[in-house]
Amino acid sequence: MRFVNGRQRIVNDAGPGVGPNGSCIHKRKKIRAAWEAGGACKAEKGLWVMKHIAIGIFGAAALGLMASAASATTLDTVKQKGFIQCGVSTGLAGFSAPNDKGEWQGLDADFCRAVAAAVFGDGSKVKFTPLSAKERFTALQSGEVDLLSRNTTWTINRDTALGLNFVGATYYDGQGFMINAKKLPGVNSALQLSGAAVCVQSGTTTELNLADYFKKNKMEYNPVVFEKLEEVNAAYDAGRCDVYTTDQSGLYGIRLTLASPADHVVLPEIISKEPLGPAVRQGDDQWYHIVKWTYFALLNAEEAGITQANVDEMKTSTDPNVQRILGTEPDSKFGTDLGVSNDWVVNIVKAVGNYGEMFERNVGSGSPLKIARGINALWTKGGLQYAPPIR
Amino acid sequence: MASQETLREEPSRGSLINDPKIRGLFFQTLVIILLFGSIWWIVNNVIDNLTRLHIASGFQFLRGRAGFDISDTPIAYTSDSTYGRALVVGLLNTIIVAAAGIVTATIIGFIVGIGRLSQNWLIRKICMVYVEIFRNIPPLLVIFFWYSGVLAVLPPPRESIHLPFGSFLNQRGFYITRAVWGEGSWLIAVAFVVALAMAWFVARRARQRQMATGQQFPVFWTSVALIVGLPVLAFLLAGMPLTFDFPKQSTFNLTGGFQLKPEFLSLFMALSCYTAAFIAEIVRAGIRGVSKGQTEAAGALGLRSGPILRLVVVPQAMRIVIPPLTSQYLNLTKNSSLAIAIGYPDLTATAGTVLNQTGQAVEGVLIMMIAYLVLSLVTSAVMNVVNARMALVER
Repeated sequence: MRFVNGRQRIVNDAGPGVGPNGSCIHKRKKIRAAWEAGGACKAEKGLWVMKHIAIGIFGAAALGLMASAASATTLDTVKQKGFIQCGVSTGLAGFSAPNDKGEWQGLDADFCRAVAAAVFGDGSKVKFTPLSAKERFTALQSGEVDLLSRNTTWTINRDTALGLNFVGATYYDGQGFMINAKKLPGVNSALQLSGAAVCVQSGTTTELNLADYFKKNKMEYNPVVFEKLEEVNAAYDAGRCDVYTTDQSGLYGIRLTLASPADHVVLPEIISKEPLGPAVRQGDDQWYHIVKWTYFALLNAEEAGITQANVDEMKTSTDPNVQRILGTEPDSKFGTDLGVSNDWVVNIVKAVGNYGEMFERNVGSGSPLKIARGINALWTKGGLQYAPPIR
Repeated sequence: MASQETLREEPSRGSLINDPKIRGLFFQTLVIILLFGSIWWIVNNVIDNLTRLHIASGFQFLRGRAGFDISDTPIAYTSDSTYGRALVVGLLNTIIVAAAGIVTATIIGFIVGIGRLSQNWLIRKICMVYVEIFRNIPPLLVIFFWYSGVLAVLPPPRESIHLPFGSFLNQRGFYITRAVWGEGSWLIAVAFVVALAMAWFVARRARQRQMATGQQFPVFWTSVALIVGLPVLAFLLAGMPLTFDFPKQSTFNLTGGFQLKPEFLSLFMALSCYTAAFIAEIVRAGIRGVSKGQTEAAGALGLRSGPILRLVVVPQAMRIVIPPLTSQYLNLTKNSSLAIAIGYPDLTATAGTVLNQTGQAVEGVLIMMIAYLVLSLVTSAVMNVVNARMALVER
């Protein structure tokens, strides 16, 4: 237990570090030409890198030293400490990134709030732990976070050998490529990329898909691999590589942070399927169900037309389906069976809205990313988002 | 014999508790039991926890297909290779950058260290400024300085800076012409080895002759002539089996030639510059440690300042220099793990990727620790041998 606390302290130290880190990128943009700008940021960046290496090592050590006695259920632990520790990315616009006030925003961050709302009736009872791609699984395995909601691809290996359980796909994505069209005129397909230097983040499925795609199409490439998203962004922006590859949603988000977004185009090819979703540890079915049904509740609420604005009004609805979802049915016990209160869906929708509202606010038309719903539309509108009924 | 041993035996003190031998044994056994007990406890605990958390364990993953590519591969490696091979690639990259860094750091360090004792005010001050700058900045910042400060301001590939001998410099690295050796090149390699052997033999004979007769022989120039001349002769005899592969402009980048990537270059430069500052101070301390009387005596014998340094001062200074030099070499090797910040695929970076792709953190960290431990122990062993050869031979 002591180790876990120790690590939290490290993370909290890194917390304010993220603020300066964000402003660091900002600063760099302003005085791009002068390398002193890089110098001013380097001290912070360096410290931050070292801290994160330390977290990774501690993760492995914690596995060795933590008590092996069967611990309390995640729900009990979470209730006892009064908040959910949620693992998010180190800053990916639209999914999880701190805004200028230091509040985490995005689809993944909102999902953490939805779970908090289901458990505590209050969406603000979340603490966020920014994790690099490399740290994320160790952090969840060792109990540093209760929930990983960090644009993570659901794969069989992660669902089995890594000891995780994915609850569903909160965002169906696919891997794409982005290039600087100004520097590389005439390139309009990924199949023209033979010989290019490709920037990619290490320890991701992206890195593996990239190797597969170039091998399959008998093309060569030069991998330029970094551990942290910010490092990949900086390297691409500085022209160290010709191509940036990651999930397409990520490309749109990253493009906004580049020096001149209009110069960059995302190539049409999608080379993989990337169902991104939240994950929990194996071996705690109750917690797994709470997180999974939070996701389903968000979808069911959208399907039934329950929104943040009309949820109070809907509580008086006579539609049996709406009554079941909102727990207003007489003697309803779906919520208590799950381990939360019966008005859990009301709390979720009040905190973050339904899935559609979450989507539009963070990545859709209400956001700078302007991503269309596409395959992330509800099944009733031709998309893939489909939830089992609450009954 | 038996009577002698009984004579030497200490008188009995009556009680076993008071017997220092028994007491010593008891405490040593206790410490060993405690040590192995705690190791056993940790190992068991890890296994317990991994099983409880349903995490795969064991080292079978090393034989699995890696599936990711690595930018610098000293040995053949593709995404079809195994995780084990990926780790070997990482280890080799660490060794390459550490070895290159050690050589350069030693050269710069000796030059700067001797420069700090120069009679020339300007040289002395320049060397002092160098040492004070690099010794007082953390190595990670030096790496960032080279990576984002120096190499990132270079032009993009299409506007590469042309350098002599068909080499180019741009933000993707340093491109040099690659020599492609054709048939019969083995003759050149053989000639080179033979030349080395002959140079060694000449040096030995020259020393023997000087010891015996006092006559000197121009060993240096003979060696140079041998080492350069013989391979050139072999090259001509073999019919000049050499073609060049020049870097050429392609769609994205320069292709062909030999590319030194900016990640390698900046890590190598940073480690060299950083460690050289420490080595310079060690060298200065070593030279200062040689009594002034030695220099004066050599001067009185009629030696000029060059030979004094080379024949009298440095050999004695080396005895002071080598032990702390070993520590600097170990530091440099371990500092190379900072490569992770700029994406050079060293052991830490590759093991990190493997660890993440397989999710086997405990095994990954264990492999890293053992690899660095072995690397450091080997470096120490080599330096100990050098130290033993340099040590004062007492007669």
